[in-house]
This record gives sequence, C-alpha cells and structure tokens, in this order.
Amino acid sequence: MMNKERNSMVVLATTDLTVGYKSRPIVENINFALSEGELTAVVGINGIGKSTLLRTLGNAQPKLAGSIHIGERQLESYSPLELASKISLVLTEPIASKNMSVLELIALGRQPYTNWIGTLSTGDKTKIREAVLMLQLEKLQYRKCFELSDGQLQRVMIARALAQDTSIILLDEPTTHLDLYHKVHILKLLKSIAHQTRKTILFTSHEIEMAIQLCDTLLLLDGENNPFGQPCELIEQKAFETLFPADVVSFDASTGTFRIEK
Amino acid sequence: MGNTKTYRLPFLLLLVSLVVCFGLNISLGSVSIPFSETVNALVGGNLENRSWEYIIWSFRVPKAFTAVLVGSGLALSGLLMQTLFRNPLAGPFVLGISSGASLGAALLIMGSSLFSGFMTSGLLNDISLAIASSIGSFLVLLAVMVVAAKVKDTMALLIIGLMFGSITAAIVSVLSYFTDAEKLQQFIYWSFGSVGNLSWAQLSILLGIILIGILLSIVSIKALNAFLLGENYARSLGVDLKKSRYAIIIATGLLAGGVTAFAGPIAFIGLAVPHLTRQIFSTTDHKILVPAVLIYGAILMLLCDTVAQLPNYASVLPINAITSILGAPVVIWLLVRKRRMVF
Repeated sequence: MMNKERNSMVVLATTDLTVGYKSRPIVENINFALSEGELTAVVGINGIGKSTLLRTLGNAQPKLAGSIHIGERQLESYSPLELASKISLVLTEPIASKNMSVLELIALGRQPYTNWIGTLSTGDKTKIREAVLMLQLEKLQYRKCFELSDGQLQRVMIARALAQDTSIILLDEPTTHLDLYHKVHILKLLKSIAHQTRKTILFTSHEIEMAIQLCDTLLLLDGENNPFGQPCELIEQKAFETLFPADVVSFDASTGTFRIEK
Repeated sequence: MGNTKTYRLPFLLLLVSLVVCFGLNISLGSVSIPFSETVNALVGGNLENRSWEYIIWSFRVPKAFTAVLVGSGLALSGLLMQTLFRNPLAGPFVLGISSGASLGAALLIMGSSLFSGFMTSGLLNDISLAIASSIGSFLVLLAVMVVAAKVKDTMALLIIGLMFGSITAAIVSVLSYFTDAEKLQQFIYWSFGSVGNLSWAQLSILLGIILIGILLSIVSIKALNAFLLGENYARSLGVDLKKSRYAIIIATGLLAGGVTAFAGPIAFIGLAVPHLTRQIFSTTDHKILVPAVLIYGAILMLLCDTVAQLPNYASVLPINAITSILGAPVVIWLLVRKRRMVF
C-alpha cells in the first residue's frame, strides 16, 4: 500500500490500535503511518469514532489496545511537556474564555517553551508573528475572540496550534459550522501549511469529497478494515462504495463524488 | 500578548489609589482625628493627644491592614474560581464557599456548646476558628468541583452553589436553635463581617495564610492562562492538570477560608473585583490580572470599610451590607450588559 520511501519519514503511526471507552471499544484495528509534511483526513460516518481516535492520538484519553508511535517512541513514554512540543490540537469544544484577544490566544501556543511565569522571548514572538501572517490574521490580531465569526475563530485556533510549533497538528472537525467557501479555504490552508512547514496534519471530517480532492492520504474508518492510503488508491480499492447504503448514496469512482440515488 | 509596559500607567494609578484609600481609611473613624495628625502618627511622630495615637496604632492601622488582606484575598480567590470553573459568575460567596466557611465557624462556635470541652480561649481559639472555616470552605469547594466535573452548565453550577448555601443556612439555624444566646450572638456578629477587632497577632496569621495563597497563585499563573482555553487544551500545552488544579483549589480555599474565618463571610468582593479589574486591564493574562485584582480588591475593601465606619459616628454598619449594596448591582450590570457572559 505504501512505498518504502515514505515509510522512512514516519512521524505518527499506529499498529492495531483500538480506541473507545473502558468497557466499550469504538473502533478496532486502526493501522496507519503518516509522513512529514502530509495532510491526512480521517473520514467515516457519524459516530464511527473519528473524534475518539483524534482524542486518543492527542493523549486526551487513553487507548484501549495496540500502539501509537510519535517518531521513534511510544506516545505513553512522553511527559505532558515533551508531548506539548510534538503534538498540538484544535478541538471542537469552545474555548473557555472568549474574552481573550486573538494575539493572547495565539501566544498561549508558546507555553511549552516559555519560562515558569510565561514570559515571551524574541524567538517566541517571531513564531507568533509567523503564525499570524500564515493565517492572515493581521487585521484581527487585536480583536477579542467573541467578536470573531466561526471561520475566523477557527483560523485563530489553527494559528495557535501553528505557534506551538509541533511536528504534528491534530484537528477535530475543523470545517463544521462553516459554509462551503470557508470549508475549502480552511482545508486549502491546512494543505499549504503541511506542504510549506513540513508539519504532519491530521484532521477528522465529514467532507469526504473535499478530502479526496485535497488530502495526501485518507484514513477511512468503516469499522472493519479501516483502509488507509492515498485517495486514488482507496478509490481503486472501492473503499468508498460501501460507506453509505448504496440505495441512498452511491459513489462515482470516475469523479470521486457521491451521488444521491433517486 | 502580555506586554507589561502597556499596563504600567493603570498599575501606577491603582497603587496611588491604594495609598490614598489607605490614608483615607485610617484618617476617618468614629473619633475625629485631623488628617495632619494621622499622617504625623503614621510617619512616627509624637502626637499631642496620646489617645489619638493609641486609636491609630491599636485600632485603625490593624483594621486598614485587615481590609487590605481581606479585599486582596477575596478578589484573588474570585479570580481563581472564575478561571478554574470557566464561569464569570463564580466567586467565593456565589459558589457557597463562604457558606462552607460559615458552617465550619458555626459548628465551632455553637457546636462547642453541644460537644463541650474543646473550646480554649485566646489565640488558639482564633486558629481553631480559622482552621474550622477553612475546612468548611474546602469541603464545599471540593463538592462544587465534583459537581462541576459532571455538570458543564454554568447556570446549574450556580444553582448548586446556592443550594449549598441553603443547606448550610439550614444547619446553622438548627445549631442556633440549640445553642445559648451568647454563642449565637458571637456567631451572628461574625456573620455580619468585620475587618476590625483583629489583633496584630491575628493579623499576622491572616497575612501568612494570604501569602501562601498568593504564592500558590503566582506559581499557577501559566496554568491559569492555559485553563482559559479549557482543560483539554491546557493538557496539550503541557500543563500537569492534576497538580495545577490542586494548587489552584488549595489557594482558593486558603484565601476564601482564611479571610472568612477572620472577617466573616463578606459578599461580592470576590465576584465583582475581577470583573471591575477587567474593565481597566483589557487582558486575560493572569500575569497582569493577579497583581491587579490584589490591589483593586484592597482598594474596594478599604472604601467599603470607610463607608461602614460612618465617619464621626459611634455606630458601625455591618460591612457585608456595604459590599452587597455595591456588589449586587455589578453582577446585575454584568448580566444585562454582557449577555455573552464573557470573562
């Protein structure tokens, strides 16, 4: 499925991973390996466990079985502070305080690197500046978060993750609540960030069609094999055909889109 | 971004106001002492009137210091709670923490007549009162924490805080039914709240408690800032959630419990001051907010105490009445003006 060349730069990988809650495994048998500078989407139907997987990868909840490797080491071997310089998160949960200014929020991304009281060094400020520029937030930087639209806030949260300067960024449904234009905008941004900064970006999404068009690799959670690979590989394997009941929605392999059956 | 330079002027203004309010608080009281004489006494000069000197040094100065400690302590505990519970309406009084302290104090003052043989007089008595009310506030704080972990709803948490207050009030009224009049009176006076009547020895104990609380808060500044994003984000930023949460809870309990033990349950300072501070300092950075609420809380408490003293009158109003009259409108204004309830 994957060629040897990509395998050599693996940043995040799982082997026979099972995620879920103590007595109730949600998805089993998850195997994938993400390389440097790769944009990957986790797609699948509602409730299949996309967010649970993401939370597990982000160390927000323990895995049930299998292994997760960050670089050479297992996820569990990292201390919270070490992990903070490896993985950054963008979650669906609203931030607790919306009274923060955009710049303050992005600056929080530098916490793993600042001293005991959180003083920003020149290097920290440069990273913050870079994140602001990359996400085109110059005009918004002094605004308060409650003044922003959903799409703007999402960009700020991505900028914060970027300022954290981790090799891996995990995003949980970054495009929900956004209209088509902003969905595409955010996804294209993620793609350019991944390719320009060589960061590995993994996000969950319902936008399978967009993911097929934009992502380098896809992880399709179907509850059985959970196929992983480049979009064209998955299409060849006919992985999408059985995703939804065929009498309601069918997949057109030639265009990579879904069609509603009348 | 925490650019400290921008906040120099407001800090300077606050400090000047603090000194002015401190002077005002000392120069005004039931006995009229000329301002020049007050200043003279403070800088160490000898006064013509020896009783004035006695009043200033044995009564007014400790009272002013108590007001500073009480105001700072309550304001900081309010700030910590608002961040920890992600709730703009959190505060020692609203969440029932003060009620818990009251319960501890009530059990000690009035329960001692039921379980006799424990009461000792003097300093030990004050320490045991401090310990009892601190334990009371810790217990309620922990109960609120447990509930807060299950109930994400802001309003539900506040209602639960009110319920804790009701339960405490109920237990207190049962206790007062069985206790003798003298003990009941002692408790009622305590519950009015007062920053007077503290000896220098008591004051130093309170100072110690508050200092530990402030120290723990300063150590937690980074974690507090991360908590503004929520716990999952805080963890992803490398914050040790358990350790930071404990540090913040212990700090809150010490500040609110300690103050309540010595000055009684004082309403609204803890809730209102952080919001008032945010009006001046347009930031959420705790590096700025922690020192700012400490100063602002002290100023407000000094002012409330000055009013409560009714200058040149012999009678003193319960300080709780003053803080409520000032504080309750602030809460209403917050709810009306900021429907989004940002903090």
